[in-house]
Amino acid sequence: MGEALLTHKLVGERLELAAGGSWTASHAGELEALVDRVTGEAPKAEDVSIDMAGVREFDTFGAWLLERLTRQWTGSGRKAKIVGLPEHDRGLLKEMHGVNREPPPKPQARNAFVSFLAAVGRGGADFGHNLVVFSEMLGAVSMALARVIVRPRDYRLTSTVHQFDRVAWQAVPIIVLITFLIGGIISQQGIFHFRKFGAELYSVDLVGILVLREIGVLIVAIMVAGRSGSSYTAELGSMKMREEIDALRTMGFDPVEVLILPRILVLIVAMPVLTFIGSMAALYGGGLVAWFYGGISPDIYISRLTEAISLTHFEVGMIKAPFMGLVIGIVACAEGLRVKGSAESLGIQTTNSVVESIFLVIVLDGLFAIFFASIGM
Amino acid sequence: MTEKNAVIKVRDLVVGFDDVTVLDHLDLDVREAEILGVVGASGAGKSVLLRTIIGLLPRRHGTIEVLGVDLAKSNEAERRALERRWGVLFQQGALFSSLTVKQNVQFPMRENLKISQRLMDEMALAKLEMVGLTPQDGDKFPSELSGGMTKRVALARALALDPEIVFLDEPTSGLDPISAGDFDELIRTLQQTLEITVFMVTHDLESLYNACDRIAVLADGKVVAEGTIDAMLESEHPWVKTYFQGKRGGMLAERQMSTQPQGT
Repeated sequence: MGEALLTHKLVGERLELAAGGSWTASHAGELEALVDRVTGEAPKAEDVSIDMAGVREFDTFGAWLLERLTRQWTGSGRKAKIVGLPEHDRGLLKEMHGVNREPPPKPQARNAFVSFLAAVGRGGADFGHNLVVFSEMLGAVSMALARVIVRPRDYRLTSTVHQFDRVAWQAVPIIVLITFLIGGIISQQGIFHFRKFGAELYSVDLVGILVLREIGVLIVAIMVAGRSGSSYTAELGSMKMREEIDALRTMGFDPVEVLILPRILVLIVAMPVLTFIGSMAALYGGGLVAWFYGGISPDIYISRLTEAISLTHFEVGMIKAPFMGLVIGIVACAEGLRVKGSAESLGIQTTNSVVESIFLVIVLDGLFAIFFASIGM
Repeated sequence: MTEKNAVIKVRDLVVGFDDVTVLDHLDLDVREAEILGVVGASGAGKSVLLRTIIGLLPRRHGTIEVLGVDLAKSNEAERRALERRWGVLFQQGALFSSLTVKQNVQFPMRENLKISQRLMDEMALAKLEMVGLTPQDGDKFPSELSGGMTKRVALARALALDPEIVFLDEPTSGLDPISAGDFDELIRTLQQTLEITVFMVTHDLESLYNACDRIAVLADGKVVAEGTIDAMLESEHPWVKTYFQGKRGGMLAERQMSTQPQGT
């Protein structure tokens, strides 16, 4: 750029500024520095005249900086005069003359310690609030279920079938793959470590009991929470954002009955099914590894397995599954309905949904462990 | 009629999706510092035309020159430079929902200019005041705004870098008649003070009468009529006739006619 944006010259008590070039957005950075410097340049000068005749381009950025310059002068009780501004640019300057008159609202300054305490308090309150929200959702779903039992024709069967396809059927390949690998890993680790005592065969007990009682159902629950829980939250959240849920309500439908009940029932049914499939895949994976890695032939593996496990182990795993489905569904749907207007809030609630449901699934698993131990299962 | 140079030149434009042709060999000029209103039936391709000009939709054939640059032939740097010289107001506002109003207006400045935070704050508040909002609105989030305010913020964001061309996609849709009238006036005032060219897609007859210098009517994938509101009233094209002289258009046309003798 050839032309100087702003040059100054002191004539007696009077500061003469000559502006030139482009007073536009692209030069706003340099221009701002010049404008700020020139105010401090001549502390003795009583008045200033700004000659705008050399300016070729002028936009709101230039106009605002010119206005700011004159405000800085007049603010300290001195005089400012603008000359040579083309007719068609005066409107713009006049427009800028009116703006930024009231001071901008101040951001509230907060003590760091106070905000820390506030954050801790809010965290605690949120936790309590979450529990209330989940119990409300559980209550609403139970009510909807009761209504549907009284009038079964109102139940959304099509939606249920569609959800079942997405949540259960389409999840089978990935769940089989993951549980198969985990069964294999447990088997390999068991053989590797038990070999030191010459007790490789006990790795079959390890695989059987661990998979049927705990790992099968836990892995499947975590997968379902990440796969289907997150999609429930995102779906319901974006429906909430686009007022679809309000629309349903105004048409006299209960969103819990139409959207949430089918989804949660599907999860309650899908969890045991997937757990069964997952456990079988894990046992199969464990068996293959035992055969190729540990040299335990399938015949021995199966006979050892039938000795090691009883129906009780299988029942323990399967009983837990529907409850985990219920927890995942309740958390996912409750979080979905808490989404507010912004895209960011959708992201936050989806994260919360997955984190909370995995946490609750593990807590629930712990509670079940205590329960089954005390009734001797 | 070429007293002012055309800032947007569309020649022989064909745009379509799959086997549907939406724009069929369309020609259109937008002249410097005018407000051009584009009208047409729903689905006539008004928004498609706008989105094609700003490069969001691919074209099958034809050239579009904006401020002397053909987007299809320009490289990344030229494209970015051109995009800085226009502002777009989308139909739904398209404000960034995780940023406050002030941050939304500052977003283009922050990305494109090297200016201090103070100047950015001052400019953002200035722009908000220019579109009729208060500094207090600057700290709100888009989900807390009414429809009219959303449009105003979107306009402030479109104007953030002092563009030469502003594209408005149905700026008054969803506003009550009074707000819509105010918005038309706002566009008119801003266009005059900032000397910008406005390309406005609209359905609103009032806007056409109050804000637009020229009108282009889109039908069958082409511009079937182009000119001032008086030219529209005289047009013989069946759709143009129904639109401007139908039940709703007729009332405004009468008003236009009755004010003319005193005016001219």
